Amino acid sequence: MTETITDDPARRGERRDFATERAWIARRAEPLVIVAASLLAGCGLFSLLLLTLDKSPAQFFELLWRGGFGSWFSVQNMLSRTAPLLLAGLCVALPARLGLLIIGGEGAIALGGVAAAATGSALSSAPAPLVIAAMALAGMAAGGAWIGAIGALRHYRAVNETISGLLMAYIAIALMNHLVEGPLRDSASLNKPSTAPLPDADRIGAIPGTDVHWGLAVGIACCFLASVLIEKTSWGFAARISGGNLRAARIQGLPVGALIVAFCALAGAAAGLCGMIEVAAVHGAANASLASGYGYTGILVAFLARQNPLAIIPVAMLLGGVGAAGGLIQRRMELPDATILVLQGMVFIVVLFAETLYGRFHIFTPERWARKG
Amino acid sequence: MSGSATGRAIEVEALGMTMRFGGFLALDDVSMRVAAGSFHALLGENGAGKSTLVKCMLGYQRPSDGQMLVDGREAQILGPRDAATLGLGMVYQHFTLAPSLTGAENLVIARADAPFVIDWRKERAALTQFMETMPFRVPLDRPVGALSAGERQKLEIAKQLYLGRRFLVLDEPTSALTPDEAEEVLGHVRALTRSGALTALMISHKFREVFAFADDVTVLRKGRRAGGGAISALDRSALAAMMIGEQKIATLDARAAVAESAEPVLEIRTLRAPDSAGLKSIEIDDLVLHAGEIVGVAGVAGNGQRELLDVLAGQRAPKSGKIRVKGSRYGATRAEMKELNVRFIPEEPLRNACAPLMSVAENLAFRTFDLDRDGRSRRWLDGRAIRRDAERLVDRFEVKTASLDAPIATLSGGNVQRSVLARELTGDVDLLIVANPCFGLDFAAVAEIRARIMQARNAGAAVLLVSEDLDELLELSDRILVMSEGAIVYETPIATADAHEIGRHMAGRC
Repeated sequence: MTETITDDPARRGERRDFATERAWIARRAEPLVIVAASLLAGCGLFSLLLLTLDKSPAQFFELLWRGGFGSWFSVQNMLSRTAPLLLAGLCVALPARLGLLIIGGEGAIALGGVAAAATGSALSSAPAPLVIAAMALAGMAAGGAWIGAIGALRHYRAVNETISGLLMAYIAIALMNHLVEGPLRDSASLNKPSTAPLPDADRIGAIPGTDVHWGLAVGIACCFLASVLIEKTSWGFAARISGGNLRAARIQGLPVGALIVAFCALAGAAAGLCGMIEVAAVHGAANASLASGYGYTGILVAFLARQNPLAIIPVAMLLGGVGAAGGLIQRRMELPDATILVLQGMVFIVVLFAETLYGRFHIFTPERWARKG
Repeated sequence: MSGSATGRAIEVEALGMTMRFGGFLALDDVSMRVAAGSFHALLGENGAGKSTLVKCMLGYQRPSDGQMLVDGREAQILGPRDAATLGLGMVYQHFTLAPSLTGAENLVIARADAPFVIDWRKERAALTQFMETMPFRVPLDRPVGALSAGERQKLEIAKQLYLGRRFLVLDEPTSALTPDEAEEVLGHVRALTRSGALTALMISHKFREVFAFADDVTVLRKGRRAGGGAISALDRSALAAMMIGEQKIATLDARAAVAESAEPVLEIRTLRAPDSAGLKSIEIDDLVLHAGEIVGVAGVAGNGQRELLDVLAGQRAPKSGKIRVKGSRYGATRAEMKELNVRFIPEEPLRNACAPLMSVAENLAFRTFDLDRDGRSRRWLDGRAIRRDAERLVDRFEVKTASLDAPIATLSGGNVQRSVLARELTGDVDLLIVANPCFGLDFAAVAEIRARIMQARNAGAAVLLVSEDLDELLELSDRILVMSEGAIVYETPIATADAHEIGRHMAGRC
């Protein structure tokens, strides 16, 4: 095997030459192209399914566009659904950078929402900004403790984090139902057991000029913060080493256990914040609507974004749009409720298959250019 | 097609074997004749094409061009099954017997014509009769897992003969054996070839074995036949020249004398730690390393070396005992490693010391990314400094990489090891712990890496070298210890070290 050095030492540090530039582009293009192709393939598969149901794929995607992205109204709807997906996506992406696959975000969202609602009703006489801050902290603490515990179980007791995360999500949802239907139930909520509604002053409002609540801005800010944490701090670098090779990280003496627990707790805090925002901006109280699947869609968001916090933003918007168009599609095409979930599932399977394609294409791997030349 | 029926050794000849992988020529018109009943050695560096040649001969790969002759007749070998029918078989470097089954069960189930219902009484009688014809004895009624490495390797060879193979490829057959076991196994192979029952082709990189046992040799270099002939007509330097060609090989620096007053750097006292299964425990009562010496630890794999390394790397909590480095308690935290200048180079660097998908530059920064120029800890990464340092290290240690952004997994094994050495041997090193540093590397890389370790020693580092390669230990160490069943059972200064004596202690037969 021959390898050649294309970086001439004498010229390093000066302007990158064309070959280096091309290699840089090729490296970064790989995930973009593969993810886009798997999205298309997933939609293709779904179209086949529609054809077997005697429905028109063209109409489906046209409605998808109209309901999710085509008008100011649908864009606002899309953005409102994007907010929780950003945070739910982070809940999967942060542990994933440490090599952990945690799919229990739904539980942290539910608990974060309940904790926020309970805090809100306990402090209802305090000034509104203080109440909102306290609710956010309570939500983050609840979610952080929940997912942090999964990380601790993983590291100190070698419990598989994917399984425990999923099971803990069921426990969390049951716990939420218990609290909402029992100790925290507002006696006025008859049909749908809920906690006491928050006073209007303590709710998160809309971004001026839109119907989209501030949760979107919070979610985007969290994605940027997470990106800075991972890419720019020595903590994030240590986490990437641990995710890249746990043994190498240990041999370097890095505090692997602390990193795992901390990153899981941060991930849980993001999910808990998501629950708080759902309570304070959307439902006005904690109830069973908190467990409406954002935690699970977040898994797909993180995988499509290749666990990159910044890439989560456009991906969450895309899937937010799909969710926003769901109602329209169901009504117009007389398709069952679960149709959107089927589409998401198909895309997810294709994305998982596509993981095996990385490094296979000559055009994306500059190391192989020189060899075959 | 009845090489097996006659029960006699067969002659095998490869003619003009060529193998192209895309634009890469792995084998270039290689011809080799292995005479019936001879013991033929196939030598070459990693990547010289030895395994490719053998795989093409045995049908595991379809050569782009070339021909096989078996007993002088052209043979169509389209897959391993064809090769087996012709009586060609292979013994791998790693064992392929099912450890939970007995030797007898392993042999019978390996047969292509094993009956659906097995009459064990009959089979056992037949096997006993078959084993009578072997020059060695292997217990057939015990689970293979309970056999020693040497017995297992003998059983592998017996299995091939039982299956009717009369031409055997042995792929580094002694790499898991002690020197005595290796000599015994190879002695039996030679006896089988001399008696005309077998033709053997051994892939090896141990000159000692080649000179002691082989009749003929073929040397490959970069996919071509670089030379060969009867062993009796060749010497070591001629063979080495054929293997490595015109390459420059690093030479070891002269060994600076260990100062009488050398400070103890690493002290291990009454250490007790559990092994991975929690069944046995390692017990090291007294191990002291001084500045400027290399202490080699020999032992058959699985005798506690890994556990000792794990404890020193902070990967395994000891039950009791004291580990001190330069007089301070040592628990392998990052702060202690930095403070006491301890460096650790684990075996299989890509698996244990690198994050394969992170870039070369990032991997080179593992030890220093959280430190600023003055050695204080830092919170924000300095991407520019990481790149600059990486450029410096790549230049100084001559790491060949397409770019600093390339994932380190795309580098060759030697270059991965160079990167790890660059990272760990820069700056002041007081204690260096190294495990099997040259496993699977080519000649030039091995020489260079050993030279770097010797340089670190001469610069005053205490080096703990744990290796399964006795030749490496004999070349580098100032003292050699032998680990067996978790304890240090033997110690000798290099001046009085004897491979056979060490081997006996490795085998635990003293």
